[in-house]
Amino acid sequence: MTMNREFLINSILAIALIAVPLIALGMDEPFIITLATKVAIFAMAGVGLNLVLGYGGLVSFGHAAFFGIGGYAAGILASHALNYEPIMESPFLIEGTTQMIVIWIVALIVSALVALVIGAITLRTSGVYFIMITLAFAQMIYYFAISWPAYGGEDGLSIYVRNGFPGINTLDPISFFALCAVMLAIAMVFSAVLIRSRFGLALQGARQNPQRMTAVGIAPFRIRLVAFVISAMITALAGALYADLNRFVSPTMLSWHMSGEIMVFVILGGVGRLFGPLAGAALYIILEHLLGGVWEFWQLPLGVLLLLVVLFARGGLVGVLAGERKHV
Amino acid sequence: MSDAILSLSDVTKQFGSLLASDSVTLDLRPGEIHALIGPNGAGKSTLIKQIAGEIKSDRGDIHFNGQNINALDAVARSRMGLARTFQVSSLMPEFSVLQNVMLARQSVSGKVFRFFKPVLGDKSLVEPAMAQLERVGLADRAQMRAADISHGERRQLEMAVALALEPKAFLLDEPMAGMGPEGSKRLTGFLDGLRGQAPILLVEHDMDAVFALADRISVLVYGRIIATGTVDEIRGNDDVKRAYLGEEA
Repeated sequence: MTMNREFLINSILAIALIAVPLIALGMDEPFIITLATKVAIFAMAGVGLNLVLGYGGLVSFGHAAFFGIGGYAAGILASHALNYEPIMESPFLIEGTTQMIVIWIVALIVSALVALVIGAITLRTSGVYFIMITLAFAQMIYYFAISWPAYGGEDGLSIYVRNGFPGINTLDPISFFALCAVMLAIAMVFSAVLIRSRFGLALQGARQNPQRMTAVGIAPFRIRLVAFVISAMITALAGALYADLNRFVSPTMLSWHMSGEIMVFVILGGVGRLFGPLAGAALYIILEHLLGGVWEFWQLPLGVLLLLVVLFARGGLVGVLAGERKHV
Repeated sequence: MSDAILSLSDVTKQFGSLLASDSVTLDLRPGEIHALIGPNGAGKSTLIKQIAGEIKSDRGDIHFNGQNINALDAVARSRMGLARTFQVSSLMPEFSVLQNVMLARQSVSGKVFRFFKPVLGDKSLVEPAMAQLERVGLADRAQMRAADISHGERRQLEMAVALALEPKAFLLDEPMAGMGPEGSKRLTGFLDGLRGQAPILLVEHDMDAVFALADRISVLVYGRIIATGTVDEIRGNDDVKRAYLGEEA
């Protein structure tokens, strides 16, 4: 019965995500549509992280690196295209682009390569060391972005016109929201399929008992590395959308605060639950805008809430509402 | 020696000043159950870990299936057909009983990196896994979480996972540990029939089981093998009586 209850809660979350911006459209409140878009994008970043954090048990404190890489893919490609400056002229010509599809492909490839390198090194450690080394790598990329003047350095990079998608006016808030929501849905379906596959079984096995994995002849390291790369790619895609939402990308997207925020979405919503990141991101944005408007220290109750979740409700918001403890 | 499936020669491991295994020479022949006995702290589990590849030996050679496996890690050794069970059940607590066995089948199939097909609908994994659960008598527990079954059932599940690997040799580290007399008896009967499938290196404290099952026994004391022989030879060996059996009798 608890499974059904979680299904019900998931359905409510999905319907709310779609209904709220539609109502906002009717009431002519574009700002609320933007907030809902932000929720969808943050949830997607969380879906990426949840793959390693929730299902793989790997506490990556460096996912801002991938979120930011996605953002800079959008920013850099767009700025070259808008300034009519090719990225590279020799040995062959590479030009910028304002096409989201191309930007996403670049974001996926670059984040995968970076994750492969970071993962190959960090996944040899575990526990606190893994947390600290993923953080260190993300900070390296953050400081690199700050000190690299070509793309705005500390000031960041503006995207003057939101990048385009065939058949959609991306500048129209509800259209852009729809695009982000579809991307989130794809990421969630992909994630759901993945965790039910052979690979998913192995990934969850590696979290529960690496000793047993080794004894049955499956090396946890390779499983984790592949998961880390896939996870980074999903988060990078979210980052590309986030840069387009704000039409701006800056090193803030790469900072450890961002890594922490993505982690908060996952933990608040429910670690290792498909809809956890969506619940967490929604709650975060709602708190930020309800409390943040009236009280400067709105993060204080957020901190208390997070503490309560970690201490008493490991299943997060979804877990509490579904009344089931999945993780022991 | 040449027909042994698994052979150890001069295998040594030192932890600080403690010699956990001291020039151990031992072999496991086709069709036999070779029991490894010895008092607590004799280094039996350490030796199993060295054979399984979880601990690197300081010295000596381990041959398996005619190949020197010194350089291979635990994953590679498992894939070569060396299946071990753990003294303290080592399972996936959140997985169902069936999923625990399926994971082993997945490894044998060699196809772990499959991302889209739902694993629970995969007959090529489910059916052989169920077959092993039936063999150990756990088929009716297949859908329960491994964390929720009884201690004795977890021991049975350990066996099912090892069986699912279709190994060329079993390394069983106290399979009877914590089982009631009834369970021990049943497992003894089961292991008796298993030697035809693959030889077993059996670490066990239950002497009734050891004497009933073993074709040969090696006695490990302070990391050294002080005697190897048939049940009768070991029973009649004065060193063994002094060092080990005498303490319990």
